[in-house]
Amino acid sequence: MSKTVKLKKGFDINLAGKAQKTIASTPPSETFAIKPTDFVGMKRPKLFVAEGDNVKAGTPVLYDKMQENVMICSPVSGEIVEVKRGAKRKLLEVKILADKEIEYETFKTYNVSELHSLSREEAQEQMLKGGVWSNLIQRPYGIVANEADTPKAIFISSFDTHPLAADSAFTLKGEEDAFKAGISVLKKFTSGKIHLNHDLNGEVSSVFANVEGIENNKISGPHPAGNVGVQIHHIAPISKGEIVWTISPFGVAQIGKLFLKGVYDASRVIAVAGSEVKSPQYYKTYTGASINKFIDGNLKSDHVRFISGNVLTGERIDESGCMGFYSNLLTVIPEGDHADFLGWIMPRKEVLSFHRAWGLFSFLNGKNKEYVLDTNTNGEPRAFVQTGTFEKVTPMDIYPTYLVKAIMAEDYDNMEALGIYEVVEEDLALCEYVDVSKHDIQQVVREGLELMQNG
Amino acid sequence: MKFLHKILEKQKPMFEKGGKLEKLYYLFEAGETFMFSPASTTNSKGVQIKDAIDLKRMMMTVVIAMVPCLIWGIFNVGYQHNVATGQATTFFSIDNLLFGARWVLPIVLVAYAAGGIIEAVFAVIRKHPINEGFLVTGMLIPLIVPPTIPLWQVALATIFGVVVGKEIFGGTGMNVLNVAMTSRAFLYFAYPLQISGDVWTQLAGEEAVDGFSGATALAVANSTSIEGAQSVVEGLNKANSALAAPFSDGFFSFQNMLIGGIPGSIGETSTLMALIGALILIATGVGSWKIIVSVFAGAFAMGTIFNLAGANAFMDLPAHYHLVMGGLAFGAVFMATDPVSAAQTEVGKWIYGLLIGMLTVLIRVVNPAYPEGIMLAVLFMNVFAPLIDYYVVQANKKRRLSRATV
Repeated sequence: MSKTVKLKKGFDINLAGKAQKTIASTPPSETFAIKPTDFVGMKRPKLFVAEGDNVKAGTPVLYDKMQENVMICSPVSGEIVEVKRGAKRKLLEVKILADKEIEYETFKTYNVSELHSLSREEAQEQMLKGGVWSNLIQRPYGIVANEADTPKAIFISSFDTHPLAADSAFTLKGEEDAFKAGISVLKKFTSGKIHLNHDLNGEVSSVFANVEGIENNKISGPHPAGNVGVQIHHIAPISKGEIVWTISPFGVAQIGKLFLKGVYDASRVIAVAGSEVKSPQYYKTYTGASINKFIDGNLKSDHVRFISGNVLTGERIDESGCMGFYSNLLTVIPEGDHADFLGWIMPRKEVLSFHRAWGLFSFLNGKNKEYVLDTNTNGEPRAFVQTGTFEKVTPMDIYPTYLVKAIMAEDYDNMEALGIYEVVEEDLALCEYVDVSKHDIQQVVREGLELMQNG
Repeated sequence: MKFLHKILEKQKPMFEKGGKLEKLYYLFEAGETFMFSPASTTNSKGVQIKDAIDLKRMMMTVVIAMVPCLIWGIFNVGYQHNVATGQATTFFSIDNLLFGARWVLPIVLVAYAAGGIIEAVFAVIRKHPINEGFLVTGMLIPLIVPPTIPLWQVALATIFGVVVGKEIFGGTGMNVLNVAMTSRAFLYFAYPLQISGDVWTQLAGEEAVDGFSGATALAVANSTSIEGAQSVVEGLNKANSALAAPFSDGFFSFQNMLIGGIPGSIGETSTLMALIGALILIATGVGSWKIIVSVFAGAFAMGTIFNLAGANAFMDLPAHYHLVMGGLAFGAVFMATDPVSAAQTEVGKWIYGLLIGMLTVLIRVVNPAYPEGIMLAVLFMNVFAPLIDYYVVQANKKRRLSRATV
């Protein structure tokens, strides 16, 4: 049965600099990167290539020693120009200088009817080799799916409620067939259902319409209604011992293309947005693109922060940095390293607040006001004091404060009982935003997940 | 102001690790962040923007909400003095203000100074930031003591509250008991002479007029009930009838008690001002409306239950009188809502508040030795709040477990 879920709790952060729905005609990026740190849970990345090697799009570049069959492939063809390592020789980044014309490794192609009779083993082998497997994320833990598992369901959210999020329907325009093919492949992997969740208040775009054999659920509410974790919680919650996979719409289409066209197609449309971008819009590029082409001459000021991803869950990158594997959004906001005289008590209307404590007048601005927010922490870390606010931004039957405290105390039984299997960082990201005491909630959640996974 | 910030930044290395005054780092941090909000930015992973709120602002909101009670208390201390010594004035007179300020402000200063020093000592020894929670405690303590309290007792009680109520548990956020209530309970049990009986009017050495009794409404209610000759409302109406009530005919009439022209602890006499504070706390979301509403509801319910039992005159007191007498309103608004010592779950807040209200009236009516119940009710429920939360959270865990198949 398809479900309709109406959520009330949550908080929308309306930022200035939304991407216009146009695709910029900029020269393509020259360098692309694969960052092992993008893959949560990757412990011991091993390289197949060395500096100076030539690769094609789809050539395996690295793999995780703990998950030997999952290939991380080059998004473009070209030359490996840099293997960047950090402390203790930790592998940080593999940079590839792209050819003008992309050459592809070829895989077996299938037509639509052949996809129906495809076996799980065949599909799995092609996906593992063809670089698309890492799109599958396993819950609990939010790590790359294990090919030995059979998930009880697969969840896809067709909309993203994060601040300035890219519109997934727009970024997948024209990929209808690929998306449908991807769904047919994914059906081989679960004994249960594939849930495709739509925004109740929006129209279902043609990309996601008329997909057969899946559950179409409708969700409404403020952020994090678009988070797949929240959707799972309301549609088919994860209990101890159960496994669910999630995948982005882009990932589904990429799987589809691997089977329809026989190539690892890492081309994607990304949004470049944020208050400091002169003309925020979409760009056509490949996974892991270096961001310099998007920002050259396109910035309003120079004291800014570049974020691969959105402002709630993203990661800072520098101006010569590259987009992350899962990211379809580059956000540029002002850096906030300014000290304000009596900043703790002065009235502030221009800084968005979930709260209404003395002087926080942003609630008077109305919902349509677009905010320019910087990276200032607006206060110092303190012990937990205020209660009830985390619960107001978490539309799940979970007590985030208790869960976070259980993690801090490394109390395994309570972490499990309080629902750690149902969350990953992004589901509690708003708690981190609204926290009066400025805790790093998402980092705590990851530590908890690692404890559960390894302990 | 930039130059000032630069001067501060220049001093910083001295206080940081390896600096000469490393030990005083948290004192410096407190001073600096008080002057300037920190220039720190978000981590490279996780949220890149943060809400405009911080703990200082939240605590200041509570202090602001207490200002009506403080100002009222200053006028009232002056008024009670003048009316008791036969120099009846209007309530809002300069005379009342000056007299009240003369006696109230030193208490506020002593509470902040004593608490501030002990807070700083602990921050240095225990190496933790100075807690903004003290902004609130330092204001709460003066508002719940009588205007005649010796200043050294204020200092001692504050130190006791901060050390025993908070610091031994690890500081703000870790405490089990409400700090200000701990201070008051300390005074009550250690120095009962100075915090009970006829201590509520600051006579400042002058002679009181004939027919003056310094008793509070609750004390009057209690003694009337024990004598048993008349109803409590009649007893209240007769008490201090020689004195001019500022806001109605009877000194202990419902109206006068609601508005607050009666003797009592400095900040708690006016139910109306506490309600204005409640409005501020609720509108800003800093205080839980559930707790405030449920304390009043609990007190009213218990009052009604006693009305039905009706075993003595106090039990027959109309339930709504309980809401305006004594410190119930002040306690409900500013003490019970302390987020650290209150129940933390939303369901738990209802139970916690209801029980505080009920216990307060129970103590008032049934325990003749101690007319006011809110202090002990809050402290008692502080201790039980974790237990209430435990069962609420346990129910959540059970819902989750019932789904599991393994």
